[in-house]
Amino acid sequence: MSFVLSEDQQMLRDTALSFAADTLPVAYLRGQRDAGRQGADAASREQLAELGFYGVLIAEEFGGSEFGMVGMGQILEALGRTLAPSALIQSGVIAASAIGMAGSEAQKSEYLPKIASGEIVAALALDEGAHFAPAQVATEAESNGQGYTLTGGKRYVPNGHEADVFIIAARTFGEAGDAHGISLFLVPADAGGLSVQALNTVDSHGAAHLSLDGVTVGPDQLVGDADKASDILVPVLDRAAIAQAAEILGSVQAAFDMTLEYLQTRKQFGQLIGSFQGLQHRAAKMFTDLEMTRSCVAAALSAVDDGAGNISELASLAKAKASELVHLVSNETVQMHGGIGMTDEHDSGLYMKRARVQEALWGGTSYHRDRYGRLGGY
Amino acid sequence: MAFDEPAELEAFRAETRAWLEENCPPAMRTPMKDDEIVWGGKRETFKNPDAKIWLERMGEKGWTAPVWPAEYGGGGLSKAEARVLEQELRRIKARPPLFSFGLWMFGPALLEFGNHEQKLRFIPDIVKGKTRWCQGYSEPGAGSDLAGLMTKCEDKGDHWLINGQKVWTSYADQADWIFCLVRTDREKKHEGISFLVFDMESEGVEARPIKLISGSSPFCETFFNDVKVPKDQLVGELNKGWTIAKRLLQFERSSISAGGFGGTGGSGILGPEDYAKQHIGVDGEGRIADGDLRGRITDHKMYAKAFALTVARSQEQSKAGQEVGHTASILKYAAAKMNQDRHELLIEALGTEGLGWEGEGFDEGAMKATRGWLRSKGNSIEGGTSEINLNVIAKRVLGLKEHQ
Repeated sequence: MSFVLSEDQQMLRDTALSFAADTLPVAYLRGQRDAGRQGADAASREQLAELGFYGVLIAEEFGGSEFGMVGMGQILEALGRTLAPSALIQSGVIAASAIGMAGSEAQKSEYLPKIASGEIVAALALDEGAHFAPAQVATEAESNGQGYTLTGGKRYVPNGHEADVFIIAARTFGEAGDAHGISLFLVPADAGGLSVQALNTVDSHGAAHLSLDGVTVGPDQLVGDADKASDILVPVLDRAAIAQAAEILGSVQAAFDMTLEYLQTRKQFGQLIGSFQGLQHRAAKMFTDLEMTRSCVAAALSAVDDGAGNISELASLAKAKASELVHLVSNETVQMHGGIGMTDEHDSGLYMKRARVQEALWGGTSYHRDRYGRLGGY
Repeated sequence: MAFDEPAELEAFRAETRAWLEENCPPAMRTPMKDDEIVWGGKRETFKNPDAKIWLERMGEKGWTAPVWPAEYGGGGLSKAEARVLEQELRRIKARPPLFSFGLWMFGPALLEFGNHEQKLRFIPDIVKGKTRWCQGYSEPGAGSDLAGLMTKCEDKGDHWLINGQKVWTSYADQADWIFCLVRTDREKKHEGISFLVFDMESEGVEARPIKLISGSSPFCETFFNDVKVPKDQLVGELNKGWTIAKRLLQFERSSISAGGFGGTGGSGILGPEDYAKQHIGVDGEGRIADGDLRGRITDHKMYAKAFALTVARSQEQSKAGQEVGHTASILKYAAAKMNQDRHELLIEALGTEGLGWEGEGFDEGAMKATRGWLRSKGNSIEGGTSEINLNVIAKRVLGLKEHQ
């Protein structure tokens, strides 16, 4: 495990930080929203891909750089600072990892180069209820002789509104609640029987509900072995949680910096409000939590690259801590800004809205706390 | 970041390993027992005779203080060599040969602020564990506002004359020498403080142990009545003691937080999750049956893990030469919270089994946990209260201004 970035990782971090600040500042998200759009436009995705960001976890033979999770974490943290919408976690982390780990040679050659180049967005469609629950998949994949017929629905698929291809988790055996019996299928967004309902979400990043009404897929669209998706989903969702935690870290840092600046400029009673001990102690506690969460995220990112034995434990630690922290800091950001924090014109609200989505995605605080305890044997 | 070790370091590792194999007694490779901790000094009795041998051998090499200069009896090792030594000691699970405020607090400050003669006089005996030091900081009227201290120090020409009282002096009744903050100028506050050292056997010094709510007496009230101190025992310049005092507090906070107040607690105490399983029971999956308590225990376990990772990160960053800022205050604040939460959960999980004081009828480990719970209440007071640490973080780390 390493907490100190290598020179290459530091360079990638610097590149991502200046790219996010210059090209995708908070004003970008605000502009998209005000123009009635959700998430990012194709041009910004191409720019991210040109910088190589979508290929960081993809093997060189498929057009990536295999730079690793620590590198990916630096990029996501930078994007998190400005709330920049992207498909990086869905496409560049989850789909790239799932196909890279379990896909056939044909699937790898078909999809990985296009993910790396930003030509397509791939998105995992997993949850069917309002809460993250990977074993609760009920969407049915019925064997039809040549392949499978998928019937069911998915809720709030991140980046679902812009995805070109979905990795759909469907049940080939057992029933909802069983970890065993789930399979993953690559399904193009324009497949017959698949309808995509684009959502207007609170954070303006967008998402989609899917309904699958007899979508037929061939055996070549199955990723990995039938019934055994959980073998792939565990490591992939660990990466998703860690990646999301890294993005959160950036958002927390930015919201905290913005709040600190306000405490150092706003005056009341003839005093800088940051000189009041009631606010100083709350700021100091947030900073302590931020430093501790930073350690957890760094350890988790590095554990993936090391192939460590405790990735799941560190993933749940990082995501639980980060979710708890972004909840606190986003609320305090609004509160410490007072009235101005309640206005749409100020960025506080954007950080708080995004915070709740970041918390919910890939498992919230209670999900990961419970999982951490389970992994620890109590 | 795996890298190949340079040849010299490899040679040093081999020598160190061989030396430790030869010189670390087998008994010193077993887990530390609470009553076998060696604090050194004239009153040290060495309950385990092997601990004496171990301290003598390590002290001779200067390896109780590996990176201190060899000219003052330290190990004279580079940071990289010290890291190798640390790894090799961990490899054989060697006990620390010496626990010492001299090593953790006074020594580092003296090396930074003392003169050559003072270093020659005091450092070697710290390294060898021959002198046990105590810290004369807090006073009845100067706790969090430490700079308000009033212990009087007068210049009598050929000596200093000390009159006043200190409190919360850790182990003053067992220490040989004291490093002490005294007032040398009543007109000024911070600029009127000086840093002196003197023998606890000097005439006019009296240490009275204070009994705590936990029943133990690790602290004393210390009285100075016309104590004469030789002039050459002033460290640094007259009225410039506050700078040394603050630096030393950083060393103190770091040494407290590095261990997380002992983290896992003393021997014989189980974790809160173990006591919860034992006294509340488990559900069908073998998990703690009380879901609410389980959640709170898990929260604590995650906090403790995050803390350990943060200590590791700050050590790695400082080794890599990166500025780590005032992490001492952050870690001190977090360590106090962590240890107090842990003990509250221990007592809660133990139920009435955790409410014994002494004698028959209660488990030994449980009673230790109970005493530890009471003792842990001091964690957010000693070495700078949690509130003072939050002030330090707010002002020095975050740059927030003083109230006008």
